[in-house]
Amino acid sequence: MSKFKQKEKRTVPQPPSGSLSDIVFMLLFFFMVTTTMRETESKVVVRLPEASEIAKLERKDLASYINIGAPIRSLQAQYGNDARIQLNDSFKTVDEIRDFIAAERDALSEADRSFMTVAIKADENTRMGIVTDVKQELRKCSALKIIYTARKPAE
Amino acid sequence: MGKKTPEINSSSTADMAFLLLCFFMMTTTMDQDKGLQRRLPPMPDPNQKVEDQKVNRRNIIVVKINSADRLLAGSEPMHVSQLKDKIKEFLSNPADDPNLPEKAEIEIEGYGPCMVSKGVISLQNDRGTSYQAYIAVQNELVKAVNELRDEFAIANYGKLYMKLDEDQQEIVRKAVPQNISEAEPKDVSKK
Repeated sequence: MSKFKQKEKRTVPQPPSGSLSDIVFMLLFFFMVTTTMRETESKVVVRLPEASEIAKLERKDLASYINIGAPIRSLQAQYGNDARIQLNDSFKTVDEIRDFIAAERDALSEADRSFMTVAIKADENTRMGIVTDVKQELRKCSALKIIYTARKPAE
Repeated sequence: MGKKTPEINSSSTADMAFLLLCFFMMTTTMDQDKGLQRRLPPMPDPNQKVEDQKVNRRNIIVVKINSADRLLAGSEPMHVSQLKDKIKEFLSNPADDPNLPEKAEIEIEGYGPCMVSKGVISLQNDRGTSYQAYIAVQNELVKAVNELRDEFAIANYGKLYMKLDEDQQEIVRKAVPQNISEAEPKDVSKK
């Protein structure tokens, strides 16, 4: 009987907290490695169209983005609400795509150039006219690999 | 004996790491870009004479979308939801209908001879077509091809296309090609 009483008196040993910081550091490194800061500020409103048969973009570092959509509200006074093309950080015309693609291509290494993908992020209400112009321009600078960015339909 | 150097109090490193961790967790974006991958046709050489590509009439299906997002496949107007079955019928041609595309026997490495459809889907759109409708149609076309690939994969390997290994996927891709041609832009709206 006395055995039981002795056990009750014993305090539960604290779990060792010395390795806590190591665990946290490991998590920290994970997030630091996976994180990608948003490089460009979006100046157009893009609500992606829905598509169910979508595939992942394989190499994010080889992708160049072309955003097409109406300017965000604060810029509408200046630019109107017609669909516009945004490359990097500013509005551009269709003709400037050529320079943009050339610059993006130069930034890649020789081996990766043939895998460059152009991701077209267009708003679902954009008219195809502007998208077709962009596509024609891409063909002219032989950036033929494209991806129409879309989102999974909500179930 | 010199003085012992006092040890740095390390009990708060965990807190500091937590702060950094919180910062990175909040700024991180894990969203992956997903979408429909396409290959644009290369620009035709202007010096080259335009040769009429003789594609047999039965081998081509023209899908048109007008500025009011209405769809015309082959010669009949239809809804987007009907398009997939139409395309599947077109590409598979189960009854060897003379109006549907012919098949050619192609030797596929690692599989052997296989009857591959010569069908080509030609997609035409107007400048006024909405992007949403265009993507919806593209999606249906891809879905039709994907379903045919799945059927082929199940019939031959007993597994879905996505579950096959690289080589098998390559074979299936050759057996059920995805021939979508995005036509040269032209103004469909005639006045």
